[in-house]
Amino acid sequence: MEPDLQSPLGGTHGETAGKEWRHPSDNWLRGFILDNRASLGTLAVFIVMMAVFMIANPTVFTTWYLYSSVLTTLPVALFVVVPLVFVVTCGEIDLSFPATMGFASWVFALVVQAGYDPFLGIAAAIVTGTLLGFLVGSLVVYGGLSSLIATLGMNFLLRGLIQIINEGKSTALTSLADSWAYKIFSSQIYGIPVQIFWAIAFVVLSALLYNRHRFGAQVRVVGDNPDSAQQMGIDVKRVRVKVFVFVGIGAAIAGTFSVMINFTWWPTAGDGYLLPVLASVFVGGTPTWGGIGTVVGGAIGAVTVSFIQTGVVAAGLSGFYVQFFNGLIIILSLLGHKWNQARYR
Amino acid sequence: MAERIIELRDISKSYGQVYALGGVNLSVDRGEVVGLIGDNGAGKSTLIKILSGVVKPTSGEILVRGQPVTGWSAARSRDAGIETVFQDRALAVQQTIVRNIFMGRELTGFMGWLKVNKEIQEASRLMREIGFTSKVFTPHSIVGQLSGGERQGVAIARAIYKKAELIVLDEPTTALSLTETAKVFHFVRQVRASGRSILFIGHNIHHVFDIADRFVVLDRGKVALTADRSEVKSAEDLINFMEDVAHPGGLPGLHEPGDAEQRAR
Repeated sequence: MEPDLQSPLGGTHGETAGKEWRHPSDNWLRGFILDNRASLGTLAVFIVMMAVFMIANPTVFTTWYLYSSVLTTLPVALFVVVPLVFVVTCGEIDLSFPATMGFASWVFALVVQAGYDPFLGIAAAIVTGTLLGFLVGSLVVYGGLSSLIATLGMNFLLRGLIQIINEGKSTALTSLADSWAYKIFSSQIYGIPVQIFWAIAFVVLSALLYNRHRFGAQVRVVGDNPDSAQQMGIDVKRVRVKVFVFVGIGAAIAGTFSVMINFTWWPTAGDGYLLPVLASVFVGGTPTWGGIGTVVGGAIGAVTVSFIQTGVVAAGLSGFYVQFFNGLIIILSLLGHKWNQARYR
Repeated sequence: MAERIIELRDISKSYGQVYALGGVNLSVDRGEVVGLIGDNGAGKSTLIKILSGVVKPTSGEILVRGQPVTGWSAARSRDAGIETVFQDRALAVQQTIVRNIFMGRELTGFMGWLKVNKEIQEASRLMREIGFTSKVFTPHSIVGQLSGGERQGVAIARAIYKKAELIVLDEPTTALSLTETAKVFHFVRQVRASGRSILFIGHNIHHVFDIADRFVVLDRGKVALTADRSEVKSAEDLINFMEDVAHPGGLPGLHEPGDAEQRAR
């Protein structure tokens, strides 16, 4: 009774399935497409959307100003979208990042206002973000709480704390404009906002971390099957806390960048990012159930989401259409990914 | 005589007043497939847990390669080269074969970056070793695309990668069809051919009979029979014997229970 390993699906389906199964290492293009289905799908959505906008109003979309404004704000979103892909892959969610952005950038503002170098402010902000991420992560993981509710609570709690202490007052940081930190992180090179280069570097590094590093490998396995991961000696709780710490770090960088764009810290800093960032992760093709995801897809999702608002207005529609198009893109993307990805159990 | 990888002597386990195991002897030699058969509640899972060090026996002695071991634990069990493959929930099905084989012990270089090529080479070697002859699968295949028997194969490959000398397969064929069972048997034979040992646990006597070199029948916490393959003519013999154990004096059987007790080494 020797097994027929040559056609594991059995006779009738063997041929068709065989084609789909074969990992085409002999054909790099096929391999590339199969390995990156989700992010390529997201890219397709983005291209179609932009094509529609451009057909609606070709002149506006040839002006550089439109892209320049998107490229200024997009990096802020990217710094949180990417870590959130890790969190969602790990089977958790983090809704506390807007408050972490506000809190970390507040620390940055305090340090700069006190007359210290902005680099020190950035370091302090990142330390704050790390600690807050650790706090939120520990609460969820060691407290055994639902990450959906616990992080929502932490978002209100931290934001409330900021509001109580600042009584709604903002902080202007005019001295920033002359600093080296501003030149390096927030100026322009040939009219291109320099933030986008830092954001791209962050996305590339994170994509490598996700696909080519022990951390990413363990995040995926823990999100896929925590019991098995535990059995194989992975410290599941530690991995889960780490992804929240990663979000904290990303949120701190994002918050700092948003302050540097405006030279002003508002007690509401970060608030507006909650829903667009979450939408970007899922538009990008990371499924809700954990185990798999795509960093590059998430980044393209963020680009898509940030062009919706600009695009709708630029295409000549009134601002009232923005929310409608936001929803439309999200729903269409989810349907597309559902069709594009199989869920294995 | 082949090297004795592990020997359990007179192992008892009681939970309060309830005896799960009462003086069980079990040994596995190198390159041997031992079939452990028993009904639900016979004590199979308690015995596996003791073997893997998860549960401590109440009394008894454990010998690794002839040497008595004190302070038996999960770590000691792993050091002795014992790996247990549980029937379900063992694999991360959305991940590739590579990621499953190296789960928790990724091959990493500088600062924790994965040695991707080395992992793929190693995984291909392991898959060939246990008999994945098909070219349809590569180390990149998603485990969710594999059938039940092939998934067992991945779990076995992972155990071998962990330098297992004795692989404990807990009911590996219970949920599988005949074709899939045949695949698991194919993997088991490859493992035996490589000089490793397997403890094959099941309650389907026919499955165990087809693959094992030696049978151990467990009944209500005691070894009711150990027999070499040559001593048992057919699976029906074993079934009759087990019925005999279950209903003493009812049906004519192969051995008297007392006889079996003596034969239990």
